[in-house]
Amino acid sequence: MTSKPILGPYSQGDILRLGAAMAVTFLVLPLIIQSDYWYSSILIPWLCLALAAIGQQFVMGYAGQLALGAAGFMAAGAFALYNIELRLPWMPFPLALFFSGLIAAALGVLFGLPSLRVRGIYLMVATLAAQFFIIWTIDKFGWFKNYDTSGIITAQDIVIFGHAFTSPLEMYLVVAAVVTVLTILAINMTRGSVGRNWMAVRDMDIAAESMGISLLRTKLQAFALSAFYCGVAGALFAFTYLKSLEPVAFDIKLSFQILFMVILGGLGTINGAFIGAGFILLFPVVLNTVGNAWFHGMIDATIISAIEQVVFGALIILFLIYEPLGMAKLWEKLRARTFGMSAVRPTVPADLAQKP
Amino acid sequence: MTQVRNFSIGGPVLEVQNISLRFGGVKAITDTSFKVLMHEIRAIIGPNGAGKSSLLNCINGIYKPQEGKILFKGEVLDRISPNIIARKGISRTFQNLALFKRMSVIDNILVGRRLHMSANFLQVAFQTPAATREERENRERCEEIVDFLEIRDIRDTPVGRLPYGLQKKVELGRALATEADVLLLDEPMAGMNVEEKREMCRFILKVNDELGTTMVLIEHDMGVVMDISDNVVVLDYGKIIADGPPEAVRTNQNVIDAYLGVAHD
Amino acid sequence: MIEVLFFFEVVLAGMLAGTMYSLVALGFVLIYKASSTFNFAQGAMVFFAVLSFVGFMELGMPFALAFLVTVLLMVAVGYATERLVLGPLTGQNEDTLLMGTIGLAFVLQGLAQAVWGVEVRRLDLGIGDFPIPWVADNLGIFVSALDVAAGVVSAVLIVLLVLLFRFTKMGLGLRAVADDPGAAASIGIPLKTIMLMVWSAAGFVALVAGMMWGARAGVQFALVDLALKALPVLIIGGFSSIPGAIIGGLIIGVVEKTLEVYVGPSFGGGIEGWAPYVLAIFFLLWRPEGLFGEKIIRRV
Repeated sequence: MTSKPILGPYSQGDILRLGAAMAVTFLVLPLIIQSDYWYSSILIPWLCLALAAIGQQFVMGYAGQLALGAAGFMAAGAFALYNIELRLPWMPFPLALFFSGLIAAALGVLFGLPSLRVRGIYLMVATLAAQFFIIWTIDKFGWFKNYDTSGIITAQDIVIFGHAFTSPLEMYLVVAAVVTVLTILAINMTRGSVGRNWMAVRDMDIAAESMGISLLRTKLQAFALSAFYCGVAGALFAFTYLKSLEPVAFDIKLSFQILFMVILGGLGTINGAFIGAGFILLFPVVLNTVGNAWFHGMIDATIISAIEQVVFGALIILFLIYEPLGMAKLWEKLRARTFGMSAVRPTVPADLAQKP
Repeated sequence: MTQVRNFSIGGPVLEVQNISLRFGGVKAITDTSFKVLMHEIRAIIGPNGAGKSSLLNCINGIYKPQEGKILFKGEVLDRISPNIIARKGISRTFQNLALFKRMSVIDNILVGRRLHMSANFLQVAFQTPAATREERENRERCEEIVDFLEIRDIRDTPVGRLPYGLQKKVELGRALATEADVLLLDEPMAGMNVEEKREMCRFILKVNDELGTTMVLIEHDMGVVMDISDNVVVLDYGKIIADGPPEAVRTNQNVIDAYLGVAHD
Repeated sequence: MIEVLFFFEVVLAGMLAGTMYSLVALGFVLIYKASSTFNFAQGAMVFFAVLSFVGFMELGMPFALAFLVTVLLMVAVGYATERLVLGPLTGQNEDTLLMGTIGLAFVLQGLAQAVWGVEVRRLDLGIGDFPIPWVADNLGIFVSALDVAAGVVSAVLIVLLVLLFRFTKMGLGLRAVADDPGAAASIGIPLKTIMLMVWSAAGFVALVAGMMWGARAGVQFALVDLALKALPVLIIGGFSSIPGAIIGGLIIGVVEKTLEVYVGPSFGGGIEGWAPYVLAIFFLLWRPEGLFGEKIIRRV
């Protein structure tokens, strides 16, 4: 079933797939895609949101803590990067990005504290506090926005080794590099002892504790790493996709979208984060295009966005009922059928995914 | 039992002193004391609701008794959490199976190695040599347990899909993986047929013989208890009514009145 | 003296606004009591109900008919939810059920907007959202007539629900179902009928809450976010307690109003956006089961 690992947690197939994915990301796509639209409006936001979704996977898919505040931590990361660039301009961009993640992680620990006492909807409400409080703080204290009153703050240029990464392709490469590194680290952690401890806490916390796992450390670690990933994702999202900083871009709608990415993509899988983010991002684009092509603009954009909500909601329900492992599992099944092999190693088997 | 014990029974390793536990107004355990000796197999028996599982839960730190104390290797275990008690060398299984249902058999057992793995998340994330070596060594240890328990064919199956008897075995495997000095086994043979029980007894005795692990087990099957335990504690209504070697307990009048009269099979 | 009166006024306004949160929370409690499901969609139901109500009125229906049709619609929504969402998810853990109702919330709010459009509607209940002149003149306090009406309506609904729970056969059956659905079904309590009744009651409460909110703030999508504040209300009051929903609503209402009026101006306002949630965190750390919830002892 599981092929033998040959390098760390990776089997031969894993390494082939990872290598292929990296070749496509860094060589094939930059060579064949000329259109800026694809970089600016599809690939960049997809990778940023996938990164945030990985963060959501840590805390929800692996550690089993129902959190709903990803966008708050993304906002923290974005404004942290803005302020570091503004106030400590000498700091190299990668380091600044790292510190932005750390600041978000600290907030993650703070708002993860209630997870030590409560779970389920109780925890969700506690994490909503993070969402609303962080956005409000950024919005109301002028310092965070450098006392800008225009409402729209332009993000600084990304400068690495004296080169400004300003074209869509360059920005895409920066985002892709960061996301690649963080994804590999995420795979290493989730397939290693870190992920095992999280899943043990998720599946049966008392037994996990009796095996010597500290619930306090493990849960807060999941919250911290989750917020770190969200923080970096938010910073990249603001600097390469929005190219501006406004708290409203990180409102609760975005948190819900990220929640949907992991549920639809598949809880407890890293590739589910990418699949889910791609779906949530692309479906509205497709719906809009189809709506315009078939009905020639007769359908109002707001109606299309309403239909979108219905479809996302209905899909959540359908997946919970019929395929709780989400699209990652569907993809795996499809691949197994096409290539006759079991592809992704399962962390959550379908028939158990939601048994109490 | 033909095997030779590598470790002979020593002095007290675990001392329960005057423990009382209440849930609201309900008394689960009343003023209970007994000693578990190093390397012995100690059975706790008693009718349903006698407070056996509650007693294990107190030792393991899940319940905090209102009165009394528990000493482990002479040190008081007072108001500390299960993970710290695990660190000190006490591991356990649960009455109603507390496995990580969505994880594979091997991953469940690997969680039992938690305290033998010290790599932090950064070392794991960056796959430092220390982290990979540690992972490999502990995996090898777990593979040995898989072979020992003869469950190789289900190694990669998520435990939630396994039948009850096999899950009990995996839970024993997870407890063994901890290499704790004391194992608390809460009805390790419940719901098993004669064949499976015999097999389970074999594993328990083998571990005790070879590694000298002290076992505290709750069991209903009197035959099993008489066969494998060195000493037996009998609980009834949260109180100890007998404590001693199996033969002595078997003939104890209190026990006959309270327990054997209403014996389960 | 003026300051004391003003403080009194702020607290009163907070309490009356709080009863509106209580109204939303009530629907939550009903479903939680009967099925141990956290119905995240209650807020979306509020929006769905009142938008439909206004929509029916726009189609030319008289007030009473539109009300009746909307109630029937909410019964249908409840039936569909039971059949299509909660039925197939029976026996799953509570996190899964909660995610299912989050999905339901998006279906309902999307559906409402797709059918009725997204423009903000005004809803005139014939009760003005301005101070009652007699009270203002004689007591020197400014209290909105709409707030008072909301308070009265909430009180009446609460009394009705409590009576329903305590003294009717349905209430008895409901409590039995809540305690042990399997056992209740085995002694012949019609589980499905009871659940349909509960969902209908929750839908009715949602409509009433929506009408109150709509009259105050206009019938618009923002109602969904407002209704989200029922969650901290429930954490403070306890998910299974009707009095808890009321007290929780009052506490949230008073705290957020007082903070907003006295502390808000120094920060540019907007404190009521997060204050209920932060308050809920403190309650979670202090008393996770809520003021009126039952203490949960976990057995191993």
